[in-house]
Amino acid sequence: MTQSSPSPPLLDMRGIRKSFLGVPALAEASFQVNRGEVRALIGQNGAGKSTLIKVLTGVYKADGGTVTFDGRPVAFDSPHAAQLGGIATIYQEVNLVPYRTVTENIFLGRERRRFGLLDWRRMNAEARELLAGLDVHVDVTRPLREFSIATQQMTAIARALSFDAKLVIMDEPTSSLAEHEVSVLFDVIRRLRDSGVSVVFVSHRLDELYAVCDRVTIMRDGRTVDDRAMADISKYELVSKMIGRDLAEVRRAASRAPHQAEAAPVIEASGLELGQALRGVDVAVRSGEIVGLAGLLGSGRSETARVLFGADAPDSGEVRVDAEPVRFAVPRDAIRRGIGFSPEDRKVEGIIPQMSVRENLTLALLPRLTKAGIVDRRRQQQIVERFIERIGIKVSSADQPIRELSGGNQQKVLLARWLCMNPRLLVLDEPTRGIDVGAKQEIQSLIRELADDGLGVLFISSELEELVENADRVVVLRDGRNVAELRGDQISEERIMAAMAHGAAVEAEDGAR
Amino acid sequence: MNQLLAFRTRASNVLALQRHGALIALIALLVFGIVRYGDRFAGENLANLLADDAKFALVALGMTFVIMSGGIDLSVGSVALLGGVVAAQASGAGLVPAFGLAVLVGLALGSLNGVLIAKVRLEPFIVTLAALLGVRGLALYLSDKKAVVASGTGSFQDFGRWELLGLPVSAVFMFAAFLIGAAVLRYTAFGRTVLAVGGSEDAARLMGLPVARTKFVVYAMSGALAGLAGAFLAAQTGSVSTDTGIGWELSAIAAVVVGGTLLTGGVGSVMSTLVGVVLLQLIFNLIVFENSMGAIEISSFWESVIRGGFLLLVVLLQVKLSRRRASGGTAPA
Repeated sequence: MTQSSPSPPLLDMRGIRKSFLGVPALAEASFQVNRGEVRALIGQNGAGKSTLIKVLTGVYKADGGTVTFDGRPVAFDSPHAAQLGGIATIYQEVNLVPYRTVTENIFLGRERRRFGLLDWRRMNAEARELLAGLDVHVDVTRPLREFSIATQQMTAIARALSFDAKLVIMDEPTSSLAEHEVSVLFDVIRRLRDSGVSVVFVSHRLDELYAVCDRVTIMRDGRTVDDRAMADISKYELVSKMIGRDLAEVRRAASRAPHQAEAAPVIEASGLELGQALRGVDVAVRSGEIVGLAGLLGSGRSETARVLFGADAPDSGEVRVDAEPVRFAVPRDAIRRGIGFSPEDRKVEGIIPQMSVRENLTLALLPRLTKAGIVDRRRQQQIVERFIERIGIKVSSADQPIRELSGGNQQKVLLARWLCMNPRLLVLDEPTRGIDVGAKQEIQSLIRELADDGLGVLFISSELEELVENADRVVVLRDGRNVAELRGDQISEERIMAAMAHGAAVEAEDGAR
Repeated sequence: MNQLLAFRTRASNVLALQRHGALIALIALLVFGIVRYGDRFAGENLANLLADDAKFALVALGMTFVIMSGGIDLSVGSVALLGGVVAAQASGAGLVPAFGLAVLVGLALGSLNGVLIAKVRLEPFIVTLAALLGVRGLALYLSDKKAVVASGTGSFQDFGRWELLGLPVSAVFMFAAFLIGAAVLRYTAFGRTVLAVGGSEDAARLMGLPVARTKFVVYAMSGALAGLAGAFLAAQTGSVSTDTGIGWELSAIAAVVVGGTLLTGGVGSVMSTLVGVVLLQLIFNLIVFENSMGAIEISSFWESVIRGGFLLLVVLLQVKLSRRRASGGTAPA
C-alpha cells in the first residue's frame, strides 16, 4: 500500500451517478471521509445512502463518477474486493450463518490454519478476544442462533473489525442493540478512530450521531446537500435539511392531546407469564388511548404484544376484551375481536414481498370481501384506493410489488391493512424502525389521529423520545415484569430510562402494581 | 415522470418475457413442426399429444398449487399408480364409479399428506417422500405386482375414443381443469391465500389467514388430481403397468418450473404450467419425428438428456431475468 500525505481524505467519491432502469438513485452525489474520522451519513429512505454505500463496496457499479480510496482511484467489483481493499461493512440485518458457531462466523473465509488444518484453538481464542473488546463474553463454540440479536450484531461487528480495515461502514448498527450495548459500540468506534481508522455511521437516531460522529454528510434525492462538522449544526437544522422542509407543522401534530380519562379498557391483561420471557405483565389499553410499552431488548415487550394478539399462548395470566375473558388460540381469533398487529420484523412477518400493494393491503380483509369464495374485486379496488389516498401511501399503482416501496410506505400499507378492518385496538411493535424522519412523523400523526377517533393503541418502541412524544401512558417492563407506569406529565425520557435500567418505579404513584 | 413510466414499461417487458418465455418457445416449436412435417404433425398427432398430456397436466396442476404455497408433493406418481390400479379394477362398473373411486383414493392420500404437513407440521419433502414409497407398495400389493388390465367392454374403455369439439375428451377436460384452476388462483380468497402462504407464512399467519387449512387443501387437491390422472391412464391404455408413475413428480415439477412458477413459492401461474407440460412433451414428439425422417438417430436415452438440458436452459434464463429484475427493480433505499 502506498501511503499518501495525510491531508487528502481517505475516501473521496465525486460525481457519483447511478440509475436503476432509468430511475436515478444517485445524481452527482459526493462523499468524503477523512482519516481517523467518524462520519455520519444521513438522509431519508430513498435519499441514496444505501446505494452510495453499495457503489463504494462493489455491490453496484456506478454509471459515472470517481472513487478515490487511500490515495488511489478504485472501482471495487465485489464486496469481497472491497473487503480486501480495506473497507469493512456491517449491515443493518445480520448477515451471518445461524447454525455455525460464533467463532466460525467470525473467521469464515479466512480460517486460521496450522499444518494445513484448521487451528480451532487459535481461532476460538482470537474470537473470544475480539468479542471481549466489545464487552461481549459468550461461549464462542456455541451456534450463533442461540444468542440474542444484539450478540449476533456484535459478532458481525467483531468480524468486520478482524479485517483490520481502514474504513468501517456501519449501516444502522444500533437498531437491534440495547442502550448499554450501544455505549459499548460507541467506545469501540472511538477507539477505532483514535487508532486512525475511519468509520462511516448510518443511523436514523439523531442523538447517536451527536454522541459519536465528528462530521455529517446529508443526502436528499440522490444528491449530497450538506457536509458539516457535527458541532456546527443543530438537530432542527439537520432534520429540515434532510427532509427539505420546515418542521413546525409536523411537530405540532405530534403534540399530546388530552388523554381519555377512565373509559373501560378495550383490552386488559394481567399476570401474563410465558417461559423466561414474561413473569407477570399487566397492561390495559382504553379506547382512544395510546399506551407506550417501554423496556430494553429482552424485557418482554414483543412477547407481550404477541400474547395479546394470540400469536403465542401464555403459560398463565388472563386477557380480557371488553371485560370478557378470552383465550386466543391463533391471531385470527384476536382479529375477530377487532385487534390488529404490526410486527417488529416488518420484512419477515409483515409484508409478503412478492405480492402487490393491493394484495398486501387487503389479504386480512379477504374473508369479508368474499362471496361464495369469489373475491369482490371492485370493492377491493375501492378500499385500496381509499386508503392509499387517505394515508398518503406513495405508489405508482396499487399493483406495484410492495418490496419496491420504501420502509415508510411499507409500514403505511401494514397500517392500512388493519385500518380497513375497523379495528378497536392496534398493537404496533416498533412501527417506525428503519423509517426516515419525514415518514416517521407522518405515521406518528396518523396514529394520534386514529386514537382521537377512538382507537386504542399499544405502541412499542425502543426510542424513548418517540414514547414521550406520543404516548398518553407508558408502561415500563424489565425482565418480563412491570416496573413502572407513567402518565401525563410524569412521562419523560429520564424517568423511563431510570425504570428500564434500575427497575425502580421512580416516584410514580401509579407505578408497578 | 417520464423516467418512471419508462422504468415501468421496461420492467413489465422483462416480466412479460419471463412469464411468456415458455409460451414463445412452445409457439416456435409448433411452427417449426408444422413447417417441417406438415399435416403429419399438425392434425391427429397434436390431438394425440394433447390427449396423452392430459394426465401429466392434471398432476402438474395440483403440483402448481402445492409449489406456490411453498411446498412440494413427491407422492403424485405413486398416487397416480394407485389411482390407475383401483380404476382398472373397478372398470367393470363403468366410467363414473371407476373414476370416482380413483379420485377418492387420491383425495384420501392427499388429505393424509395434508394433515401431516399442515397440522402436525412435518416437512412436506419428508412426508411426501414417505408417501411416494408407501403408496407404491400399496399399489403393488393391490395389483399383485402385475399389470392390471381393465375390463374389455363398457364406458371405461370408450373414454379414450370419445371426442368433444373435435378434440379427445381428455384434452378438453384438461383445458377445462386449467381454466378453473386459473380462475381459482386469481379470483378466490383461497387462491390469494395460497400465494400469501408461499410468499411469507409468518406474515400470513399474523394476518389471520387460514394457513393450516390452505396447506391442507393444496395437498388434498394434488392427491385427488393425481388419482384422477391414474384413472385417465388406465382408461386410455386399457391397462396399468407396475412402473406407471415413476418419475411423474419430477416431470410435474419440471413443467411447473418451466412455466415460471418459483420453487420457493409465492409466485406462479396456472396456465403457464399447462404450457410447460405441453412444451416438454412436444420436445419428445419432435425428436420422434426427426428420428422417423432419418435426419437424426437419437435413442430414447438421449431424449431424456435433451429434456434435462432444456429444463436447465429454461431455469438459467429465468434466473438471469429475475436477477436482473432484483438488482434493478427494487427501490434503492
